[in-house]
Amino acid sequence: MRRRELLKYGAATTVAASFGQRIARAADPSVIKFGVVGPKTGPLAPGAAVTHFPNFKLWAYEINQRGGLKLKDGMHKVELIEYDDRTQPPETIKAVERLATVDKVDFIMPVYATGFNLAVAPIYAKYNYPLVTQACVTDQMDQLIKRYPNIFFVQGSTTSFAQAAIDILKKLKDDKQIGNKVAVVNVADDFGIELANAGRPIFKKAGFDIVYDKSYPLGTQDLAPVVKAAKAANPDAFVAWSYPPDTFGLAEQAKIEGLNVKAYYSAVATAFPGFYQKFGPAAENVLGAGGIKDTPEIRAYYKAHKEATGVDADYWGSPFYYSLLQMITQSIEGVGSMDLKAITAYLKSHTFKTIVGELDIRNQKLDKFYTVGQWQNGFFNAVAGVGFTDYSPVKLKTSWG
Amino acid sequence: MDIIIIGLLLGATYALMAMGLQLQYGVARIMNLANGEMLIAGAFGTFWFYTASNASPFYALIGVIPLAFAVNWAIYRVLIVPLVRRARNQGQLEVDCILATFGLSFILVGILLAVFGGEYLSYSYLARPIFILGEPYGLNRVAAFIGSLVLCLGLYLWLHRTRPGLALRAVSVNPAAAGLVSINVTRASALAFALGGAVTAAGGVLLSMFLTFDASLGVVFTLKALIIVILGGVSDIRGAILAAFILGLAETTVASLVDPGLTLAAAYLLFMAILLVRPEGLLGRRSS
Repeated sequence: MRRRELLKYGAATTVAASFGQRIARAADPSVIKFGVVGPKTGPLAPGAAVTHFPNFKLWAYEINQRGGLKLKDGMHKVELIEYDDRTQPPETIKAVERLATVDKVDFIMPVYATGFNLAVAPIYAKYNYPLVTQACVTDQMDQLIKRYPNIFFVQGSTTSFAQAAIDILKKLKDDKQIGNKVAVVNVADDFGIELANAGRPIFKKAGFDIVYDKSYPLGTQDLAPVVKAAKAANPDAFVAWSYPPDTFGLAEQAKIEGLNVKAYYSAVATAFPGFYQKFGPAAENVLGAGGIKDTPEIRAYYKAHKEATGVDADYWGSPFYYSLLQMITQSIEGVGSMDLKAITAYLKSHTFKTIVGELDIRNQKLDKFYTVGQWQNGFFNAVAGVGFTDYSPVKLKTSWG
Repeated sequence: MDIIIIGLLLGATYALMAMGLQLQYGVARIMNLANGEMLIAGAFGTFWFYTASNASPFYALIGVIPLAFAVNWAIYRVLIVPLVRRARNQGQLEVDCILATFGLSFILVGILLAVFGGEYLSYSYLARPIFILGEPYGLNRVAAFIGSLVLCLGLYLWLHRTRPGLALRAVSVNPAAAGLVSINVTRASALAFALGGAVTAAGGVLLSMFLTFDASLGVVFTLKALIIVILGGVSDIRGAILAAFILGLAETTVASLVDPGLTLAAAYLLFMAILLVRPEGLLGRRSS
């Protein structure tokens, strides 16, 4: 009986311990605590493992390396308190509440993915934490900004991503480099459906003839029928409003089927380093959501990211995630204390120097971001965006290598 | 014609997912909800092997199969045997197993996460077209199809032509009576469970050539395998194989002729229709 009791308590402690994973434990009251919630398991975990968690790790490492955050009363080291939300919104809400009321953290980082950020927005508002989101793409930004004075979007709207991709195709068409027939597929899930709905009228207006337009369920194991049918429609361009596993699956199938369109676009995860690692030269000139300008600062960021976290950063969210952390750092040090309302006010009244350039978030949404990238010589170059001025020229896809 | 070939290729994929669970549930009578994680483990092992050595993923089978066999044998001995001893009837055993293996699946996800990280893992192997009747198909899928056929045939022959296979089938029909004719039921069940795990992991090796995996994806494969096993009839491995191919063909037909968005609906519709007509599954025995 005793043994059984012991086992029971042992198991209970293990569960409790695994629930809250502290990266650096410190009883030192001068240490500033930052809460991080995101999916370590569940369907969104692989994306968060690239874009979400490593950036916080890199940031905390760098801040502590240089001695800490500089406040009015001296330097303060930082500590991250991480929780896994298992890709379940109720868990995210619980974890954020817990950070605010039990751990009493000084600041809470944004959570991962659109629906999750929107779900926790009221809690951040209740406790005055600024919610500086990055992995949050929506067309309802303006309404949300009206409702929550503490929410920020370091990201474009859904329509801006669909618009930018289609603008690129339109330009190629107007320059007579491609014809007007486009095959469009989408994954039947959140962002895929939103992009497809946003895209349809824009394609029509741009004078495109949509020769194939179908959706497929999330987690489809064989995309051969989709790609075969798209190819049979004989399109000039192929657009997939896709999610990570199918972004990989579609590209592989397109290569096998010889879907030799001159413009090939797939949405989420084309910007993942894993995409180029898998396809190599075949990935050349594939278009996708995201993109980043190739600069020495960015190259240094990728190097530091890999060294500090062991993970390669992506070419869409990652650098902007890091930029939002730079904005938060500058706001905290500008205010000189952890006064949350003052930090929010600082974000709304200043511009910030970041690795992607000078950023302005005074209207609670970012003034500039990249929308479309293209794999060129192993780097996912930005070929379109909003607010920036210098983009790489678009190249035609000649073959799958 | 290409619908049939794509359907057969997909069916082979499904057969790889389901055969292991069929052995574990049909013969060892253990509903193993951690089955998908074993498949992921096989796939991750292959990913690691391929990126480290650049040798053909098929060589990974040499390491993965015995390793998965040993791990599953140990799982059966340590985790499942106490449940079997304790259970008063088949129903209670099933409930206990579902709970235990559900917990096990979380532990396995945690281990996979710690060892391999949470990112998407995939690599390119044999991702070139092979032309069958003038139409291109993925060579890696065709290779997996052949691998799947070899596995199916091997298992079938082993179960139906050898003494240990006969013992396993006896246990699957009636564990109590099998014990009476001097079959060591615990041993036979452990063998079936371990073999099932090894087959599942081998499936993971073959599937990793063309599917993209992450540590949390196991449950997707468990569910698919479960549907196929129930559809085919729990007691006969031929049923699972048949069901896998029917499902593959049905999904491909719907995707090609109707709408790719309706493949899931078609799969579940088929599942319901067959269960309404034959609740015991395609080749299942009617319980008396």
